[in-house]
Amino acid sequence: MLCMAVVLVGCASIPAGVEPSPHDPWEPFNRSVFEFNEGLDAYLLKPVVAGYRFVLPEFVRDGIYNFFSNYGDIYNIFYNLLQGKPGYAFNDFMRVAVNTTMGLGGFIDLATPGGLEKHKEDWGQTFGVWGVPAGPYVVLPFFGPSNVRDTFGTVADLESDYLFKYVKDVGLRNSITGLRVINARNTYYEAGDLLDGAAIDKYSFMRDAYIQRRQYQINEGRDDEEPQMPVYENPYQ
Amino acid sequence: MKSCNMFSRCLAIGLLLISGPLFAQVPDQATPPDALIKMVVTDVMASVKADAEIQKGNIPKIVDLVEKKIVPYTDMRRTTEMAMGPNWKKATPEQQAQLTSEFKNLLIRTYSGALSQLRDQTVQFKALRAAPDDKEVVVKTVVLGRGDPVPLDYRLEKTDKGWKVYDMNIMGVWLVEAYRNQFTNQISQNGVEGLVKFLQDRNKQLATAKPAN
Repeated sequence: MLCMAVVLVGCASIPAGVEPSPHDPWEPFNRSVFEFNEGLDAYLLKPVVAGYRFVLPEFVRDGIYNFFSNYGDIYNIFYNLLQGKPGYAFNDFMRVAVNTTMGLGGFIDLATPGGLEKHKEDWGQTFGVWGVPAGPYVVLPFFGPSNVRDTFGTVADLESDYLFKYVKDVGLRNSITGLRVINARNTYYEAGDLLDGAAIDKYSFMRDAYIQRRQYQINEGRDDEEPQMPVYENPYQ
Repeated sequence: MKSCNMFSRCLAIGLLLISGPLFAQVPDQATPPDALIKMVVTDVMASVKADAEIQKGNIPKIVDLVEKKIVPYTDMRRTTEMAMGPNWKKATPEQQAQLTSEFKNLLIRTYSGALSQLRDQTVQFKALRAAPDDKEVVVKTVVLGRGDPVPLDYRLEKTDKGWKVYDMNIMGVWLVEAYRNQFTNQISQNGVEGLVKFLQDRNKQLATAKPAN
């Protein structure tokens, strides 16, 4: 698949005058994959999600979202244990317990309004907490912004994912995966349009945002958590 | 779906009526940063939830709200300076004024789009961790609603006119940081003039685009 994507897109180059970023030595390659993903999104995924939003009422979409979110919380318990955050893990356990029972199998999220905050974790973050460096920035076909560490993380996520990997019936498994992709894209349906309007160069906007966000997620929940402020070069100092 | 929306709208209006007097507080120069954020955010959320026009996506109306209720507590010139970094000094005073005003408009428009999507969200305010003599603080909040909680932090600086917001962190991403490379790239491609023109064109384009919902 990856090879196919590369062949399809060919070689995009960095627009003239763009400063190379130290985090992004493979920018020409990344930009071409980015273009491929943008096209895929505009011509396939987004229209499908638009149909999904048209066909299903909001409360059904919310239910589907909550169901997969609850399923993810089961994994978050383990990720947080592996990251040495037992407090978060217990919180996640309580979320699953509440939402699976009183939340009717996870279709209703009662835990969040009840004050049990969600912590979204994955293998890439867990590796990061263990001290694995991010490595250069990579844009993956289909999956989007990533880095070398998170690419391994994504593979591990897929390998350890019960619904993706271990559901026997192929038709059912593919339907579930399709629904999850649509559900994931649906959560930022409106925000995606806002981003398009706000970005001067969407590629570097997404890259810089991704790099910051992953670092933030990895630092989250540390005991020494002080407000972390970036230091800007002040033009007057 | 419809009745659900109606219900939450009625509820929001009900809550607004009950707690109306609480929202009437207006921050002044002596208001501490965390109290300032709480007052402004609570006030804006209440206004958005109580206004059917805004919920329908009437962008000019939201922009008006943001101009009145949020912009006075921000320092957009500082935001622009920081996003420009060393390039700021390459800009003439007129260009600096243009950049500040165009960047402000772009941010207001983006922020307004986000506000128009507010429905049943609530905001949780975290305790401020700062020393009394700090000149710069980060006020942390979390927006709770459907979907994952969204951490939203505000970076404020103490000025002669009270505390002013000059940077925001959305889900771990600082706004100024996210614009720095984009500004630098645009300037090295087309100069400061090119960046001004780019922002002007984008703002015009967004102003004429039809509302998303």
